[in-house]
Parts: sequence; structure tokens; C-alpha cells
Amino acid sequence: MFDPATLEMIGKGFLESLYMTLVSSALAYLIGLPLGIVLVVTDKDGLKPAPGVNSVLGVIINLLRSMPFLILCITVIPLTRLITGTSLGPTATIVPLVIGAAPFIARMVESSLKEVDKGVVEAAQSMGASPFEIIWKVLLPEARPSLILGAAISVTTILGYSAMTGFVGGGGLGDIAIRYGYYRYQTGIMLVTVALLVIIVQVLQEIGIRLARLGDKRK
Amino acid sequence: MGTGTPLIQIRGLSKVFSTESGDVNVLEDIDLDIKEGEIFGIIGMSGAGKSTLVRCLNFLEKPTKGTVYFDNQDLSALSQKELYKVRQSMGMIFQQFNLLMQRNVLKNVCFPLEIAGVRKNEAETRALELLEMVDLSDKARAYPSQLSGGQKQRVAIARALANNPKVILCDEATSALDPATTKGILALLKDINKRLGITIVIITHEMSVVEEICQRVAIIDSRHIAEVGYVQEIFTRPTTEAARRLVFPEGERVDHFTSSRCCRIVFDGSSSFEPVIANMVLEFRQTVNIIFADTRNIDGRAFGQIIIQLPDDKLTGEKMMAYLRSRGLTVEEVNDFV
Ligand SMILES: Nc1ncnc2c1ncn2[C@@H]1O[C@H](COP(=O)(O)OP(=O)(O)O)[C@@H](O)[C@H]1O
Ligand SMILES: [Mg+2]
Repeated sequence: MFDPATLEMIGKGFLESLYMTLVSSALAYLIGLPLGIVLVVTDKDGLKPAPGVNSVLGVIINLLRSMPFLILCITVIPLTRLITGTSLGPTATIVPLVIGAAPFIARMVESSLKEVDKGVVEAAQSMGASPFEIIWKVLLPEARPSLILGAAISVTTILGYSAMTGFVGGGGLGDIAIRYGYYRYQTGIMLVTVALLVIIVQVLQEIGIRLARLGDKRK
Repeated sequence: MGTGTPLIQIRGLSKVFSTESGDVNVLEDIDLDIKEGEIFGIIGMSGAGKSTLVRCLNFLEKPTKGTVYFDNQDLSALSQKELYKVRQSMGMIFQQFNLLMQRNVLKNVCFPLEIAGVRKNEAETRALELLEMVDLSDKARAYPSQLSGGQKQRVAIARALANNPKVILCDEATSALDPATTKGILALLKDINKRLGITIVIITHEMSVVEEICQRVAIIDSRHIAEVGYVQEIFTRPTTEAARRLVFPEGERVDHFTSSRCCRIVFDGSSSFEPVIANMVLEFRQTVNIIFADTRNIDGRAFGQIIIQLPDDKLTGEKMMAYLRSRGLTVEEVNDFV
């Protein structure tokens, strides 16, 4: 159905998409996870209430989250160039992906950690645990299943964003779908790339759900 | 019991919560001593401030005014680090057990030991010992979700004991359990108190819990300690309205009987439950009306009171009261049951 060159291109796009998604997810978690923890800890009934820090951080996160992703991509181009030397291709795309996804991840982490029973935290405090110990030994382990599910959602969301960057020459499957399917009416190529995206989402989602269930001792 | 200074001294303690709808005074000027080795109850209606008070004992809640001395240390004078350290010698158990759901039973008991910096091997050995003590050795690898309420509370007790605390604070520890399980948990706490000499503070809204296990009790009512004393005394002679409400929840006034002469017989634990009224009726060949009775059997001794209506014949009435006094009971004539 497709000539070898097309197949190779789709294969390359597939790998690029995976690369962008996974690297961006890892980097976004590096920023988003600590931010989520800070949001929970500085909350008014958190371990170390700090209303100022909490609301400033909250506002920044909300601003970034409400910015349409394509606008964000264009806005950060100077920064992207500074970091990667280019504004095109998969590696350059990682910059806006991380900036777009980190606030989202911070909120996901925040909501997972807030699910942890207050009573359990109180019990740990009564044993003389410090806030750091409570984060490390209570909040994160107790929220693990929820954090893993959140990660599956975040990664698939980042994959969706990465496909969108096709509009600005971001590389990957989304790029192919737009260039061939949208601009050149090659519906076949577009359908294949979209199908591949759907499959990746399904697989990641399923892995996430299974990992979460496997590690959950509440049932 | 009693090595001079009390283990816990609460001094002039007040707690005010500032909320959006204004300040809430929850505790006002509380003074209380809890002696080493005793089982001390704090009882009050729901919302009376019991949980707040017990959380002030380990400074999970900082008093707005006043302080708490634990083992001769002023908790308000400690640094945060020192406070963490002191908390390790105060175990706490809760109504909802508050176990870590993602850790098995053994690891739950190890948790406070980890916090105290005990090495892993040592911690596990100690945890197994404790599980033995609470009779749950076979559940070491189970997760909390696989346990019954009573078993979860036993794990929580083992966990509270891990760092050899001087006191165990129990906030409504049996309120989520059925009566049979409650008895088991209270028996375990009693046993721990007896064998290890650990002081136990029991927070509850249930008189039956205090009666079962406590030696002394404080009644907390509208922000204040209404009454403190030995359980038997408060049960027989509650002097405050708050205490009376808790001891006689049905209300002890039976107004439509007040026209006749009545007498109150107080059982203060010095007599056993012999059928004293039945014997009296046989002796005098005169019936009496029992118009109020609230008696309890504590350790085989009778506590509480019975109010009887005396016969109209004044002389018989006097003789009956003399008869009851001769049986070692406190008898008083009452015309309005206050
Ligand atoms: N953090 C808080 N902020 C505001 N009010 C509180 C807080 N904690 C407790 N209270 C109030 O203090 C009162 C006593 O609560 P609590 O100590 O839990 O009572 P108890 O344990 O006797 O039922 C209640 O009226 C409750 O609403
Ligand atoms: Mg309470």
C-alpha cells in the first residue's frame, strides 16, 4: 500500500513521537512532581502552611495551563532556540512540551497526594515524623497507585500535545499527519499515523492501569 | 503509680481556632494532672473539645495559651526537633486506626522505628515481638485492608508501643468497634498498663469505656473541666450538672413522684450486690416503690443509686432508712431529686 520511503518515514515519525513524549514526560515530572508536593505542603492545612508561596505558585500554574498550547509553542521559540539551537524538529519540541506539561503534572500530583487520608498523616506526626519523612514515607507511597494512574494520563496528554506540534514543524507522527493528510490530502497516510497514535495511547493507558492496580494494597 | 510529679501536667491551657467565621474558643483554662502508671479517662459529649485536648498533649495542636509538661519538660519550650523526639515517647491510637494502607502489618509496626532511626533488622525483630504481644503474629505479612477493625486497632497498638512510650493516648479508640471487640481492645490496654506500667489516656464519649478501664476521669464540658476524680466517686456522687448528664443520661428527675417521701440509697462500692431492698421488704412486710434505679457492677461491687418511695407511715419510713444504713449504705431523704 505504501512505498518503502513512506513506510520508513512513518517508522521514523513513530520513534520521534515516542522520543518526544517520553523525554518530555521525564523532564516535566522532574519539575511537576516537586511543584505538586510544594502545592500540597504549603496548602492551608498542609504540613507547612505558606499561603503566599501557595497562591503565587497556583497563579503561575493556572496561567501556564490556560495558555493554548500552540501559542505557548510560539511564545517560547526564543527560549527553545537558546536551549536546543533550533526551533524545528523533535528535540526542539521537547522545550514547549515540558513547559506546557509541568504545570498540568503539578496539579495531577497535587490531587493524588491530597487523596491520602489526613488521619494517616496525623498518625505519622504523632510518632515524631518530620515533614520530609512524611512526604517521603507516607504521602508518596500511600498515593502511589493514584500517582501512577496520573502519570499514564499525563504521558498520553503529552503525546497528544506532541502531535499538535506538527503544525509548527515539531516532527513525529503529528507532523506527518498534518503534512501529508491535511496539506496534501493523502488520507491513507493520515489514517495510519492517527491509528498509530491511538495505539500508543491505548498501550500506555493500559500499562498505567495495570501498574497502578498491581501496586495497590487497598483491595 | 505516683513517683512524685505527674507524668503529664496541663497548665492553664486554652485553645482558640481562628476560622473565617470568627474565633472559636474550644478549650479554656484547662488544668489537669495525669499520674504515671494510671489509666486516665477524659469524657465529654461530642464536640466538647476532647480531640483538641488530646492533640495538645503531644503538641499536634499548639495551645493558644498555657502549656503542657510531659515528663517534666515544658513542651512549649522545645524546638521542633526536640518535639519530634519527645513524641517518640508518646504513642497514639485513633478511632479510624490510621494505618498505612500500602504497607503490610509488619512494616506498619516498623514505621515508628524507622522514624526513630532503628536499623531495619532490629526494627523487624522488635515489630515481630510486638505483634506477638497483640496476638497477631500470623498477620505480619497481611495488609490492613485484609484485617477486621479489631485487628487493625491491635496493629495500631503494637505500632504505638514500638518506641517504648511512657504514655499511650487513645482518641476514641473503640468508638468504631462493636461491643465485643471493644472489650477485647480495652482488656489489651489494661494488660499493657499493668504489665509494662505505661500510662494510658483514654478519650471517649462513652461512660461504659471509662467504667471498664479508667481509674480516674475528667469530665469536659463547655470548654472546661467540669469535674475530675476517681471513677467510683464521680459515678456515685456526681457533683456537677455535666457529670450528672453523663452518669445518668436518662435524667434522674421523676417529678410526678415528688409528693411522697422518698429516699436515695447510694451504692458506693463498699457493698456487693446483695438483694438489700428485697430483704428489707421481707423484714418490714411493707412494699416500697422503686422510682429510679441506676446501678452498675464494677469489679463485683455495687455503684450507683436507687430512689425508693417510702411508705406513708412516717415511723416505718424512719425504720427502713435505719435498716439500710445498718447495711452500710448511704441513705438520704429526698423530696425533690436534685
Ligand atoms: N481546626 C479546627 N478549626 C476550627 N474549629 C475546630 C478545629 N478543630 C476542632 N474545632 C472545633 O472544636 C470543637 C471541638 O472539637 P473536637 O476537639 O474534635 O471535639 P470532640 O473530640 O470532643 O468531639 C468543635 O466544635 C470543632 O468544630
Ligand atoms: Mg473527637
